[in-house]
Amino acid sequence: MDSTVANTGTEGKIWDGGNKPLKASYGKMMMWFFIVSDALTFSGFLAAYGFSRFKFIKEWPIADEVFTHVPFLHGQELPMIYVAFMTFILIMSSVTMVLAVDAGHHMNKAKVTLYMFLTIIGGAIFVGSQAWEWATFIQGDYGAVQTNGGNILQFGEYVTENGKEKFKRISIDEFAVAEAGTRAQHERKNGLWFVNEESLPPYSVNEIYKGLAANDNILVRTQLLNEKGEKTVLTREESLNQIKDNGKLVVKGANLVVNEYGTSLFADFFFFITGFHGFHVFSGVVINIIIFFNVILGTYERRGSYEMVEKVGLYWHFVDLVWVFVFTFFYLV
Amino acid sequence: MAHEHKLEIFRGLWKFKSNTQKIWGVLAFLTFVTAIEVVLGIYKPDALMSTWISPFEGGFFATIGNIILSPFVYMKPLNLIFIVLTLVKAYYITWDFMHMRDETKALRRMVVWTAVFLICYLIFILLQEGGYVYEVYFPENTDEALIKRDF
Repeated sequence: MDSTVANTGTEGKIWDGGNKPLKASYGKMMMWFFIVSDALTFSGFLAAYGFSRFKFIKEWPIADEVFTHVPFLHGQELPMIYVAFMTFILIMSSVTMVLAVDAGHHMNKAKVTLYMFLTIIGGAIFVGSQAWEWATFIQGDYGAVQTNGGNILQFGEYVTENGKEKFKRISIDEFAVAEAGTRAQHERKNGLWFVNEESLPPYSVNEIYKGLAANDNILVRTQLLNEKGEKTVLTREESLNQIKDNGKLVVKGANLVVNEYGTSLFADFFFFITGFHGFHVFSGVVINIIIFFNVILGTYERRGSYEMVEKVGLYWHFVDLVWVFVFTFFYLV
Repeated sequence: MAHEHKLEIFRGLWKFKSNTQKIWGVLAFLTFVTAIEVVLGIYKPDALMSTWISPFEGGFFATIGNIILSPFVYMKPLNLIFIVLTLVKAYYITWDFMHMRDETKALRRMVVWTAVFLICYLIFILLQEGGYVYEVYFPENTDEALIKRDF
């Protein structure tokens, strides 16, 4: 069956683009070539992530300790659960997309409409989840102290849970001793109108040090990994010295400059790669919406072919494909 | 053309009556693989957390052996399993959802071989280089270290 979208009057001619090399239409083949080049872009990003990780192989943050939150289940540590949910949503929307393509082959307008709609919903849920994931990551949870050398020191204590000794993180809010006379943030309205200042950290290093000195149970954890692949916990004495000698800045949450979870490169790559992927999902949703309306208006019915659905389908599956890799290299490995 | 689908996966072990059925079958398989990944990721069995082979010592052939067997020598089995499962998922998404199975052999090779070759090359170069930079930054003899650490 002829699935060419438009007739050009050159059918059957060898020259002038009348025949279809590789038995694929022009549009589909170009979509495949675009996908190859986009795949190379994403592998460039992921390979760069691998480069930085190999460079700091002994101190890279452990993903299971970073992404532990699930909406509505506040305060519980559930690594992987929410990302697994997001992955499933995206695979599911891939399935509805391929069902839409299949319905298109049967020229079934009602079914194409329904499945396109479900695909759009799935994409929207995914982008929303990613926004939530970002917000949680930026906000941070326990806080940490950054040293002069740019390393991160985190806090916690040893507790016994189910007969097993375990290092439990403690938030800086719980032990920092607030002091009077902290500096106010410089704003345009209360200082020089042409100078801006970044928002100040919640505490000063001195306040953290006082809180640490007052609580005997709290220990400092560095970002160095030991043989078991766990972060190194310092003794009480080392903890106090470390904060006193090297502590420079109190960090809560993450942005492109500082990162309470460890090496700041980790946050940079997280924002860059998941952001680039999220942008792909977003544009996919927009394109899907356009095609959805074309389906409703009967454009493809009149054209006699739903090949456009197939082409955006290819793009949509590619976005899913990339997520499978991002999921592995950011959250699993 | 594109309307005729090959309706079997796993080299004919699992056959389907219609394209729609095949889609649901592939979904079930992909969900199963993701579930395995999540369970392994949460429980992290101890047996999979340390490498099964330690690097060979001494001589040229030991180095060659280490390079050839590098996924087993330098990578935790758990991570190796994750990467293999990811490639399996990628295969079924491309072959069945993107209908690569139904395209001509030449188109398949144009897309897949090009991407796979370039990506392997890129990964090899960057990871090799990353490992080298690590050696320069954090050599075993700490006096030679090029960056200052505060612990």
